[in-house]
Amino acid sequence: MDFLPTLWFILIAVLWIGYLFLEGFDLGVGMLMKTFARDEKERRVLLNTVGPVWDGNEVWLLTAAGATFAAFPFWYASLFSALYIPLVFVLLGLIFRAVAFEYRGKVHSNRWRKTWDWAIALGSFVAAFGIGAMLALTTTGLPLNANGDRVGGPFAWFTWYAVLGGLAVVGFALIHAAAFVALKTDGDIRHRARRLVGRWMPVGLLPLALWAITVAVQHGKWFSWILLAVAVGAAVAAWRANRADREGFSFLGMGVFLLAGAAAIFSAVYPVVLPSTLDPLWNLTVENASSSSYTLGLMSIVAAVGVPLVLAYQGWTYWVFRKRITVAHLPEPLDFGPAVAPEKALASEGTKA
Amino acid sequence: MEALEIARWQFGIVTVYHFLMVPLTIGLGTLVAILQTRWLKTGKEEYLRMTKFWGKLFLINFIMGVATGIVQEFQFGMAWSEYSRFVGDVFGAPLAMEALLAFFVESTFLGLWIFGWKKLPAKVHLACLWIAVVGSIVSAYFILVANSWMQHPVGVEMIEGRPQMVDAWAVFTNNTAMVAFFHTITGALAVAGGFLLGISWYQLWRRRKDGIDTVDAQGRVVVGESAAIAGRDKKDHAVWIKSLRIGAVVAMIAFAGSAVSGDLSGKLMFEQQPMKMAAAEAACHDGTSFSVLSLGDVGSRDCSDVVAVMEVPGLLSFLAHNDFTTEIKGVNTLVPEYQEKYGKYLPDDPMYGDRAGQEINYVPIMPVTYWGFRMMIGFGGLAAMAAGIALLVTRKGTVPRSKPLMRLALVGMLAPFGANAAGWIFTEMGRQPFVVAPNPSMSGVDQVFMFTASAVSPGVSAGEVIFSLVTLTTVYAVLLVVEVVLLTKYIRGGVVSAMPELDTTRPDGGSGPGGEDEDDVLAFAY
Repeated sequence: MDFLPTLWFILIAVLWIGYLFLEGFDLGVGMLMKTFARDEKERRVLLNTVGPVWDGNEVWLLTAAGATFAAFPFWYASLFSALYIPLVFVLLGLIFRAVAFEYRGKVHSNRWRKTWDWAIALGSFVAAFGIGAMLALTTTGLPLNANGDRVGGPFAWFTWYAVLGGLAVVGFALIHAAAFVALKTDGDIRHRARRLVGRWMPVGLLPLALWAITVAVQHGKWFSWILLAVAVGAAVAAWRANRADREGFSFLGMGVFLLAGAAAIFSAVYPVVLPSTLDPLWNLTVENASSSSYTLGLMSIVAAVGVPLVLAYQGWTYWVFRKRITVAHLPEPLDFGPAVAPEKALASEGTKA
Repeated sequence: MEALEIARWQFGIVTVYHFLMVPLTIGLGTLVAILQTRWLKTGKEEYLRMTKFWGKLFLINFIMGVATGIVQEFQFGMAWSEYSRFVGDVFGAPLAMEALLAFFVESTFLGLWIFGWKKLPAKVHLACLWIAVVGSIVSAYFILVANSWMQHPVGVEMIEGRPQMVDAWAVFTNNTAMVAFFHTITGALAVAGGFLLGISWYQLWRRRKDGIDTVDAQGRVVVGESAAIAGRDKKDHAVWIKSLRIGAVVAMIAFAGSAVSGDLSGKLMFEQQPMKMAAAEAACHDGTSFSVLSLGDVGSRDCSDVVAVMEVPGLLSFLAHNDFTTEIKGVNTLVPEYQEKYGKYLPDDPMYGDRAGQEINYVPIMPVTYWGFRMMIGFGGLAAMAAGIALLVTRKGTVPRSKPLMRLALVGMLAPFGANAAGWIFTEMGRQPFVVAPNPSMSGVDQVFMFTASAVSPGVSAGEVIFSLVTLTTVYAVLLVVEVVLLTKYIRGGVVSAMPELDTTRPDGGSGPGGEDEDDVLAFAY
């Protein structure tokens, strides 16, 4: 067992778990914009629970991808090129969602806000589904040749595992977001979010559990099963905490579920990082896909400094914005016209029409 | 067209687009941080207004840079998998560090700044902005380390056919990167300076047109105020004249800095990529003269029909070596040298696919390099000159009432953007046919290079790349329109657009969102 490649495999798993834990709830909040919020005020409450933090959460994705590039260039190259089309959709989803967060409140019109609401909801859904599909496929395999290139055309990646992975992240994100909203808001919306967690948790978490079970069955390591048992236990604990109105524990339980579930999956496939479904000889593993030990050593030092720092200041951000948000906390949206003499403003509007 | 050609177009389009937002983010972020610092130090309200107004425009633009930046990181693996495999050991590290050490800082602390008004102590709130701005500058450093390694590969050894990092210090202090960093930051500040200048000019013009400000017999401004127009008080004038003059000074200093760094960059490039500089000059034959105008078929790429119409003797040697006599090698001399060193035909290797065995054209597309180089310098210089004139014209406190001049000031904001884009197009296209350029002078590591022809993803079809090119370009075009519409709305709204509480004509008497006394109401919310 090579120490540095293994360390980096663990670190990349940690980055993905960090991403799913943090962006998981803001992707979910994005999807809830169209399915859960009842009116404009509630949509704004939802948005503002993640307002200050969603962009920082998204950097976990960039770091996971960048770290994969640096530590396992062959894994990065094969996975990203094989999933070309789905990743284009992920990118479009992330682009629309990001722009929508910032632009939605910048114009005072219902049509404008409605358009961006769709961008947030659909963008979040597509991004969550695509990332889930990608992560599932890197554990179950892609049709790769000896060079690590996809064979069989643009849609050769499509299997039921991709759908399962997509549903896993979408389902997790929705329940995780509901638990987050219950923790971060007050009033009617808080209670409804709690009811949503109680009713839908088994359905929402099922795909992720199925994915973990599939991988564990295929690779059969005893500790994967133990981790899986921990994950299920955490989900049950989260559900019970939710029923007992203890939102903090419920949210925490969701985090443990994710951590143990993802750890079960990653540990089961180790040391393979991306199997080839055509020939096991062409599997990408932590050894044959990794960078030199010099690069990994350098990156280890950087990560040892950088990751704790990120955790510290992101943690502080959550502390700063720890207050629950209610509809009463929101400032009225204010519109404004051009700062020009009124009659001239009318005249210029007239010529435009 | 093959996947290779389409992927190159895609890289060019999404990168130039991304780099419309990036320099404004870096430059304007720096200026907003300085303005907020001035506000805390002096307590003068105009600085608060400037912070809020320019900060609002900064954020409208920032998010587009964020959104389009994700594409940048993903596309190496998606469209350029062979490149990623080849360079991953050395190229991936700065990318990962950029995310871990810069993007996290930038996004987290900017979130704190946006939502932290009144929530954080004033000094902590300001510190958050500064940290975010430093994050964006550090991100520029890391990505330029990565790019400069493609221009000047250092700190590696070829092991099993791939460059492996053996000297991180060499990679992260690459002289090409140092100069490029300086050049990029000054270029970004020039963009921001022009942005302040153009918009403030419009606002001052608007105040004159609406009869708020007038000028006396000596041409000095008489500042007035209008109760009928929201936010048009006397301080409003101070906001715009200060912004204008700060913008003009920043633009001029930044241009001077980018001229110095550009000169240093050019001198390195003559040594590291002589072909790029020869192509920048459309210099076919060896010589010492800088071309002012070359005509003929500059694009023939075999140099048979290029006529230098006007030249400055000795200037080219000065640009390269600081003297007037050293001969600079022209394209005709360089091509045989490159052919001898790096081969006449693409190797018969499966990684080249159908392109294996094709003759290699070592001359970049000369109209692009020649005019790209001149547009970069020309747009930059024009903007700096305009900034100097603007300082002179506005020394009595306002702008002339001329509408064409106001329009010119607004259109002029585009010049520094154009200079930045032209510079990148020049340096990236001038590196062709290489994606990782060999350095003949041995200052890099000898024999570390990669042809662009072998960099593209072998498993990705042309159809897939066409799909992404079309969708991304369409989405980018739509979003550019949206961004410009929003910027225009906020620019026309003036300071009130960022500080609605200034509007005294409101029914709530301008007490602001929810009133000042309600602590629970967020100072800012989406």
